[in-house]
Parts: sequence; C-alpha cells; structure tokens
Amino acid sequence: MHKILIIGEHDGKTLNPATAKCVTCAAGIPEAEITVAVFGADTSTVATQAAALSGVKAVLRVDRAENLHPLAAIFAPQLAALAADYTHVFGPSTSFGKDLMPRTAALLGVAQVSDLMAVEGAYRFRRPIYAGNAIVTVEADPSRKLIATVRVASFQAAPAGGNATVASKSLDVSLPSHTRYIGAKSGSTDRPDLQTAARVISGGRALGSAENFKLLFSLADKLGAAVGASRAAVDAGYAPNEMQVGQTGKIISPEIYIAIGISGAIQHLTGIKDARTIVAINKDGEAPIFEVADVGLVGDLFQIVPELERLIG
Amino acid sequence: MQKIMVGIKRVVDFNVRIRVKADGSGVMLDGLKMSVNPFDEIALEEALRIKERGSNIEVVAVSIGVADTQQQLRTALAMGADRAILVQTDAAIEPLTAAKVFLALAKQENPDLILLGKQAIDDDANQTGQMLAALWERPQATFASKIEFSTGKASVTSEVDAGLKTIEVDLPAVMTVDLRLNEPRYVKLPDIMKAKKKPLDVTSLDALSVGATGWLKTLKTEPPPQRQKGIMVKDAAELVEVLKKKGLI
Ligand SMILES: Cc1cc2nc3c(=O)[nH]c(=O)nc-3n(C[C@H](O)[C@H](O)[C@H](O)COP(=O)(O)OP(=O)(O)OC[C@H]3O[C@@H](n4cnc5c(N)ncnc54)[C@H](O)[C@@H]3O)c2cc1C
Ligand SMILES: Nc1ncnc2c1ncn2[C@@H]1O[C@H](COP(=O)(O)O)[C@@H](O)[C@H]1O
Repeated sequence: MHKILIIGEHDGKTLNPATAKCVTCAAGIPEAEITVAVFGADTSTVATQAAALSGVKAVLRVDRAENLHPLAAIFAPQLAALAADYTHVFGPSTSFGKDLMPRTAALLGVAQVSDLMAVEGAYRFRRPIYAGNAIVTVEADPSRKLIATVRVASFQAAPAGGNATVASKSLDVSLPSHTRYIGAKSGSTDRPDLQTAARVISGGRALGSAENFKLLFSLADKLGAAVGASRAAVDAGYAPNEMQVGQTGKIISPEIYIAIGISGAIQHLTGIKDARTIVAINKDGEAPIFEVADVGLVGDLFQIVPELERLIG
Repeated sequence: MQKIMVGIKRVVDFNVRIRVKADGSGVMLDGLKMSVNPFDEIALEEALRIKERGSNIEVVAVSIGVADTQQQLRTALAMGADRAILVQTDAAIEPLTAAKVFLALAKQENPDLILLGKQAIDDDANQTGQMLAALWERPQATFASKIEFSTGKASVTSEVDAGLKTIEVDLPAVMTVDLRLNEPRYVKLPDIMKAKKKPLDVTSLDALSVGATGWLKTLKTEPPPQRQKGIMVKDAAELVEVLKKKGLI
C-alpha cells in the first residue's frame, strides 16, 4: 500500500481546487491511501471541504496560530514531521506548493519531482522540461520518500462524494522566527478564476494600454470568461501579474482559450497546451499562434472584438 | 551587507527551440547557443544594483557545470560581478545537489544574501533556492518582484497566484527572483575586456565534499503531443458560427 499525504491549499475559507486535482493525481498511484493535511489558524471549514472529496480517506487538521498565513519556513518543518508516516507527499504546482515542497524535501533529505503530469507507477511519472518542449519519464528510488508537486492543469478535480475522517493533529515542532508575513494584495474580481475557468480570453501587447484591455473584460463578461494576459502585456502594465499565462505565469486548461493580439511565443504556449480549443485573433497571418490554434482569424482586434461582442449579444 | 552570492546556470538560450532525440534518450544539445539562465541574469542585475546603492559589497557569481560554463561566468563578470567560482563537473546536477554545493560555498563565503533564479529554464524544477534555504536553516523569499533592505532584514514582495504577497526576512537569506524584478543591463565591450582580468576560481564537487548523487532516473524523453493545425475563418461572424457549432459559446 502507498500512503500519500497531500498538503491542502486554502485561504482559511475555501479549499483551493488545486487540492482536488492533487487528489486525482494521487488516486492514480496503485493501492493509494490518501490523506489531506490542512494547516491554518482555524481549519474547521476547509477540513470539511477536504473530507468531502471523493477518494480521500482522512483529513488532518494542523491548527496553530503561527499557521494563519502560509509561510514555507513555518509550514515546511511541520510538513516534514507529518511526512514520517507516509510514502509520498504531494503538493500542488501553484505558487504555494512551489514555495513549500522543495523546502520540505530538503528537510527530509530527499529530492523532489516537480510538475507531475502523468502517473505511470508508484515511483514513475511523466513531467515537462524545457517549457514543455520535451516530456521526460522519470523514476525515483522506491526506498525513499517521494516528494512531488502536481501540475494541476493535467488533472481533473476529484468530485465530491467522499466522507473522510477528520482529526486534529498537534505537532511538537519548533518554528523559526526569521520569516514574517506582512501582507498581500490581490486584484480580486467577480470574474471566474483563471486557473479553473472553462473559458479564458487573453490579451497581448497589441492591446496597447490598460484602457484597451477593458475591451476584453467586456467581452469576457458576456461569455462568463476569465481574462488572461501575455507577459508582454503584464510587463507593459496593461494587466496585473496574476493574469499572466505561460511558463512563468499560470498553466491553464480551459475548454476554450481565445488569444487576442498574442504572437504565440513558446513561453506563452507552455501555459495553454492543455486548452481543449484554442482560438487566435491576430493581424499577422504568419504569427506562430496560428500553428497551434484550432480556429484562427486574421484581422485587427480593435475591429473584431467589438464585433464579436455584438454578435454574441 | 558585505557579500552577495549569485547563481549563474548555463542553459540553452531561451530563444532556441530544442528538439528531442529520435531514440528518446534525451534532448539534442550539440551546437546549440548556450546562455545564462534568464532568471539568473535578473538575480545578478539585482545584486549589482544593491552593490551600486551601498558600499563595498562583493558580488560573487557561482556556477556548477561543465568547463565551458566559464563563458557564462565571464558574462557575469562583464555585467559587473567581482569574482566567479566554477564548480566544474560533467555530471548532470539535480537541484538537491546544486543546493548542497551552494550550502558548502555559503559556509566558506558567509554571504549576507544568496540570489538565485526562481527556475532554470532547462529542467524547470523551481527547487534549488528553497532547498538551499532549508539546508542553510535560513529564510527564503521566492518569486521576488521587489526587494527592500533595512538593517539586518529585507522586505520582499513576491508574485503569487493570487497577486502579490509581502514577507519580511532576517538576513542572511536566500531569495529567488521573478521576471519583473528588474531589466538586466547589456554588457559593453570594454567590460568584456575588463572581465578577462577578474578572478574566476575553478573547484570541484570533491573539494566541497558534495557527491554527484542522482536521485532520479530519466527513462525516456519524448516530444510533447503536437496539436493539429486548425481551420481559418474569414470574419467575426464565421468565428461565432464555428464556436456555436462546437458548443463552446
Ligand atoms: C524566461 C522567460 C519566461 C517567459 N514567460 C512568459 C510567460 O509566462 N508568458 C508569456 O506570455 N510570455 C513569457 N515570456 C515572454 C515571451 O517570450 C514573449 O515575449 C511574450 O509572450 C510576447 O507577448 P505578446 O505575444 O503579447 O507580444 P508580441 O510578441 O509583441 O506580439 C504581439 C502580437 O500582436 C499582434 N498584433 C498587433 N497589433 C494587432 C492588432 N491591432 N490586432 C490583432 N493583432 C495585433 C502582432 O501581430 C503580434 O503577433 C517569457 C520570456 C522569457 C525569456
Ligand atoms: N548548476 C547550477 N549552477 C548555477 N546555479 C544553479 C544551478 N542549478 C540551479 N541553480 C540556481 O538555482 C535556480 C533554480 O534552479 P532549478 O531549481 O533547477 O529550477 C537557478 O535559476 C540558478 O540560480
């Protein structure tokens, strides 16, 4: 049997869908017994949500005042202590998981496998390298604990319907004081979340200004879509950093991705490889985005976008 | 602050599109243009800006790699690093090993700050800085997009999925940098000449008592599944029609 521990990601109120995707990945391991751990100041709500995920056997609550905000320096020693009883420890390949998991792995003295995209055995996985331009099959040593991050765009969220036990766990671990949380700023909107949205509209450098990006917001609202951006658009200040899609931004897997005024650099395409349908609108018929687009339209976005909005009604 | 150590990894240039070997044994690297990992250029640029604001700070560029990595370290010296250390090896170096090398050097050099890239664009691991911070038992600040110092500590703003997050860390610390921290300077010809005279020490894994253990076996390397080339539509109306037919809108 393989005992798999997943670190749950949450904001105190809601369990991030990335956790449910880790559960699906873990369930692909032969004879998996899955436990989700939630760290926080008060995890009662999110623990209930984790317990409802199909496939989860147990939920461990690690409530402690110091766990109010996720800091890798604070979480890692606790996760490493908790890991003693498990063969595998998984976290999501989100900014939270990328920060925490390698620190945990090093405390345990073991390597990490980043960005699992497919499970081929308990210790054999596929993962992308070179911005997704190559896929490697790697095998880890079964005699060691396996620490990994899960590429969330590669897995469907585990459905509800589970009924896991919930228990509180107190860990006798001393925590460092060298790292302190100061604050966070998020451009929270009412629009769907980029990483879970079924429809995404993204804009590139061609938009030309933050003002012009409103064209996309308006179309997105009509379609119930989330809005993304290329790095060039973010660097130019047209869109906030959390909207960036690509190798160094978000990796997404919507049903439909509409790229508007985006050239299609490999670093951008890395982020949208898993989109079911890619639509590209670009005035340059030779733009590389058309090589991956399922549906392409050559033309001026400033003419096409308002027209689309009108046609969709 | 007196000393900043910067990681400089030699990688295939970000503009080059790599190809997978037909027999699945790896990626074709022969003859490809090699460069400093883009994130490491940003890390070095930040170190140089900190140096230029303060006084008497030494910037040490460190790389682990093949003999030819001297080229990338010379680039780092030309950008403005004061000296360089090459830990020369032909072995494939996993992040945990890289972290152990940086730890061994940190113990010798006692830097106040170690700046690394958030990820190397070849293995895309995104691990080394966090692992080093754990082994060194020091704070980590990952994905930095803004760094401000005050006595003995730093406030770091990171790019996270939800937006921006700010933490405060005591020094010494490890920081990994994101793309929007700064824009690296161009190297000027006279600087390349000057860099030839700057010290570049070559050492080995053995000298640092770090084994080249690999924990992961790579069984196979494959190209990603190719997307089929799609259709072109002539105008917005046809686009809407196609998407409606596919049930997408
Ligand atoms: C290490 C590294 C990591 C990176 N990570 C990312 C990442 O995560 N995400 C990312 O996106 N990029 C990333 N990049 C940057 C990437 O290489 C490209 O520079 C970037 O994606 C380009 O953005 P763009 O397509 O908006 O701009 P451009 O390449 O300038 O393309 C603009 C496009 O708009 C079209 N256009 C112009 N006007 C109009 C109009 N009126 N109507 C219609 N079309 C028009 C043009 O034909 C052109 O194709 C990274 C780069 C590096 C080095
Ligand atoms: N062989 C190496 N030589 C120098 N720096 C490295 C090496 N490997 C990793 N690093 C540093 O660690 C960062 C993250 O690498 P990785 O964890 O491999 O994604 C890089 O951007 C470098 O700053």
